[in-house]
Amino acid sequence: MNQARIGAWIATILGALYFVVPLIGTFEFSLRMRRGEYSFDAYRVVFGDPQFQATFAYSTLQALATIVVGVLLVVPTAYWIQLRLPKLRPVVEFITLMPLVIPAIVIVFGYIRLYNSSSILPMTASARATDLLLTFSYVTLALPYMYRAVDTGLRAIDVRTLTEAAENLGAGWPTILFKVILPNVRSAILSGAFLTFAVVIGEFTMASLLNRPAFGPYLQNIGANRAYEPSALAIIAFVVTWACMGLINVFGRGKQIKAAP
Amino acid sequence: MAQDIQTSPKPAGISLETSQKSWAWIGVSPFFIFALLFLILPTLDLMIGAFQDAQGGFTLQNLANLNTPSIKSAYWISLKVSVASALTGALFGFLLAYAVVLGGLPQWLRPTLMTFSGVASNFAGLPLAFAFIATLGRVGLVTVLLREFAGFDLYRTGFNLLSFWGLTLTYLYFQIPLMILIITPALDGLKREWREASEILGASRLQYWRHVALPILWPSILGTTLLLFANAFGAVATAYALTGSSLNIVTILLYAQIRGDVLHDQNLGYALALGMILITGVSNGAYIWLRSRSERWLR
Amino acid sequence: MAFLALSDIRKNYGPQTVVHKFDLAVERGEFISFLGPSGCGKTTTLRMVAGFEVPTAGSIKIDGKEITRLHPNKRNVGMVFQSYALFPNMTVAENVAFGLKIAKKSAAEVKSRVEEMLNIVKLPHLAGRYPYQLSGGQQQRVALARAIAIKPQVLLLDEPLSALDAKIRVSLREEIRSLQRSLGITTIYVTHDQEEALSMSDRIVVMSEGRAEQIGTPFEIYNNPTTRFVASFVGTLNVLKGQALDPASGLMRVDGQEIVSAKPLPAAAGAECSVALRPEVATIGHPSIAVADGKNRMIGTIEEVSFLGSVVRIRVRFQENAIKLDVFNNPNAAPPERGAEVAVSFAREDVLVLEGGHA
Repeated sequence: MNQARIGAWIATILGALYFVVPLIGTFEFSLRMRRGEYSFDAYRVVFGDPQFQATFAYSTLQALATIVVGVLLVVPTAYWIQLRLPKLRPVVEFITLMPLVIPAIVIVFGYIRLYNSSSILPMTASARATDLLLTFSYVTLALPYMYRAVDTGLRAIDVRTLTEAAENLGAGWPTILFKVILPNVRSAILSGAFLTFAVVIGEFTMASLLNRPAFGPYLQNIGANRAYEPSALAIIAFVVTWACMGLINVFGRGKQIKAAP
Repeated sequence: MAQDIQTSPKPAGISLETSQKSWAWIGVSPFFIFALLFLILPTLDLMIGAFQDAQGGFTLQNLANLNTPSIKSAYWISLKVSVASALTGALFGFLLAYAVVLGGLPQWLRPTLMTFSGVASNFAGLPLAFAFIATLGRVGLVTVLLREFAGFDLYRTGFNLLSFWGLTLTYLYFQIPLMILIITPALDGLKREWREASEILGASRLQYWRHVALPILWPSILGTTLLLFANAFGAVATAYALTGSSLNIVTILLYAQIRGDVLHDQNLGYALALGMILITGVSNGAYIWLRSRSERWLR
Repeated sequence: MAFLALSDIRKNYGPQTVVHKFDLAVERGEFISFLGPSGCGKTTTLRMVAGFEVPTAGSIKIDGKEITRLHPNKRNVGMVFQSYALFPNMTVAENVAFGLKIAKKSAAEVKSRVEEMLNIVKLPHLAGRYPYQLSGGQQQRVALARAIAIKPQVLLLDEPLSALDAKIRVSLREEIRSLQRSLGITTIYVTHDQEEALSMSDRIVVMSEGRAEQIGTPFEIYNNPTTRFVASFVGTLNVLKGQALDPASGLMRVDGQEIVSAKPLPAAAGAECSVALRPEVATIGHPSIAVADGKNRMIGTIEEVSFLGSVVRIRVRFQENAIKLDVFNNPNAAPPERGAEVAVSFAREDVLVLEGGHA
C-alpha cells in the first residue's frame, strides 16, 4: 500500500518535471532578448508587430467562423440522429472520427487537387473562396471534438420528451431548435467551441498549404528567422490554450451546478 | 415567440409525422453532403490519383516511384517516431493516470492533472517545437544548465533534438496528456467491487490486474494507442518547425511535394498520401479486428 | 467455542467512530443478519470480516484462528456484493471458475465444481453467457455460485437483493436460505429490509449508529424489543403517550382513559410516560360490547381505513394519540367506516414497555 503510494508520487513528480521544465525553459529563453538582463522585450516586439496582429486577427476570425459553421452543422445533425434516425448513429460517429485518423495534410492535399482553379468547384481560385475552404477544412478538423461534445450534451437531456413537450405547446421546428434544444446544450457547445478555438488558432498545415495569412504560418516564419520571439510566442500560445481550457472548465462546472439540485 | 409560432403553423408538424421516413433523411443531408465534399471525396480523389499518370491513365508507376531510399527512409522514420511516441506515451500516460486515480494521492492532484492534460494535449504544433528548442536545443535552458553546472554535455552523447529521439521526446508532450485524458474515465469505470471480489476469491493484486482490470481496459488502451499513433504519424507542424527539412519524415516530404519545394511530381505526391492513408487505414483495421476479439463481452 | 468471533471491534475514520465496541459470536452453520438503517455500521462491520477494512481495535477469529489483520485473499471467506460485481470480461462459467483457478485447482476439478455450482443455482444453461446478457436476479445467482465455489468458511452477503424487483427478491431469499441450510455454511447477511432479516435469519443483530442494539432470534427481536430503536425499526409500532398513575402496577392514563401494562412503568407517578403497541395485537369492536376481564379497552374514532389485501389497516384516534391496527380482511363483511366510534381492546401483556427513554 505504502510502496504503491511512493511509486505514485515518483511517477507524478517525474511527470510534472517533464511537463513543467520546458515551460520554464521557454519562459526563461523568452526573457533573454536584452543582453545581460531579463526583459519582456521579446513580448513587446511580438505584440508590436503588425504582422502578428493581422495574422492573429485572421485566425481568430477563422476560429469564430469555424465554430459557427460547426455548430450549425453538428447540432441539428446530432439532434436529428438522436430523435429520428438512431440507426445512423454508428455511421455518423464513424465519419466524425475519420479526421482523427486521416492526417490533416492528406485532407488538405485532396482539397487542392479537387477544388483547383480548373475544377467544377474552383474554391482555390479567389482569396475569399479559399478563406471559405479553410473554414471548411477547420470544421472537418474540429468535427470529432464538436460532435462528441454536442452528442454527450444531447444525451444528458431527454431530447425526445423536450421536443414532444414543445410540439404539444404548439412550437414549430425553428422554435424547438433555437429556443429549446440549443439553450439546453449551451455548455456542451461552448466546450466544443473553446476546444475548436484552441485547435484552430495556431493551426499551421492547412493554412500554410492553402496559402492564407493565418497565425500558424506566421509562427513558422518567425520560428525560422528569429531567436527570442518564438519563445515569447510559445508562451503566448500556451496562455491562449490554457484560457480556452479554463473557460471549458468554467462552463462545464456551471452546468453541473445547475444540474445538481 | 409569437412570430415563431406564426411562421411555422401546426400542419407542418403533422405532415412531418405522417411521412416521417422519407423526410427524416433531409435533416441529416447537410452533414452527409459536407462529409462527402470535404472529407470523403478529397481522400478518395487522392487515392485514385495515386494510380494515374499525368494524362489520367492507369499506372502503378507512382507506387513504384516510392521505392527510393529517401522515401523509404522517410516512411521508416515516421513509423518509428509514431510507434515509439504512441507506445511510450500510452505507457507513461497510463502510469500517470493510474497514479492519480488509484495511487492514493491527494485529491487536488487529479483536477490539476486533468486540466493540464487538456492544455498540453492541445499545445502541439509550432509553439511546442519552440518550447523544446528553448529547453533542449543547443542553447536551451536544460542543455546550458547541464553543461555549466553538471559539466555534462548533452550533445556530446549523440543526443540531438533534431533526431528520432528528439522528435519522440517532443511528441510525448502531447501524447502523454492525450492518453491521460482518454484513459482516466476508463480507470474510473473499474468498479471497486471487482477488485474486492477478486481479492476475496484469493487473487493477488497482480492477478487482479492480469485477469480482470487489464482485460477490461484493453479496448480503451488499444484504441487510444492507435489514436496516438495516427496523431504522431500525421503531425507536420512540430516536426517542420523543429527540424526544418533536416529530418526526413513522410509528412514533411509530402508537405514539400505539395509546396513544390522539391522536384515537383504531383502524382508522386498522391502516392505518398496513399501510403499514409494505407498505413493509418491498416492500423485502424488491425485495431477493429483486435477490438472485436477482445470485446465480445461488451454490449 | 464460537466459529466466528468478533470481540470488542471498533472502527474509526479519523475522529469519527463508525463502529463501537461490537461483540458477536456466530455458531457454525448459523445464519446471522445485520439489520439497520443506512450508515449504522453494518456494512463496515461486514467489510471488516471480509478484510477490506481493518478494525481500529478488537479481534476477529474464524474457527479459533486470528484473522483480524489478514489480507482478504488469505481468509477463505466468500462474499456477494449488492452490485453483483461479476467480472464483465468473463462468462458465467469463467466467473464461477475464477477463485478455483486462482487456487490452482486442476482443470477437471474446476470444470466439475463449476458445473455443480451452476446446477445448485439453477443456471447450467447460461454457462457461456456474459454478465450483461443476464437479468439482475441471474447475475446475483452467479455471484452466489462464484462465492461458494471456493468452499469458504464464512459467507458474507452485503444487501444482495436490494437492487432486484420485489418478486425476485422474495423467491431468491428463500433460495439463498435453503442453499445455506443444505451447505451448512456460516453466513452473515447485511440488510436494511426487516422482512428479509425476520424471514431468513437464525439470529438478527439490530444495529444503530455503530452499535449492536439487540441480538436475538427474529421472534425475540419482534416480540421483545429491548430498546425503542429496535421496536420502531422492526415492524410498525404505535406509541401511546400519557401519564403514569401507578408505575408499579403498570397503570397509566392515555387521553383520559386508563390502561394497564403487565410490566411496571419506568416513570414516577404523575410523570409523562409512553408505551407501545404492535398493530396486530389490538382488536376493534362495537363500543357497546364488553370485553373480557383484564383486557385494556379504549374508545376512539376511526380516522382512516386502508385496504391492503389480506389485512385492513385502520387508524383509530383517541385525542392526542392515534394507533394503527390490522384486522384480517373478511370478504363477507364490509370494512369499518371512517368516523365510526369503536372500542379498541388489547391484552396487558401486549403493551410494550421500552427502555431507551424518550423517542
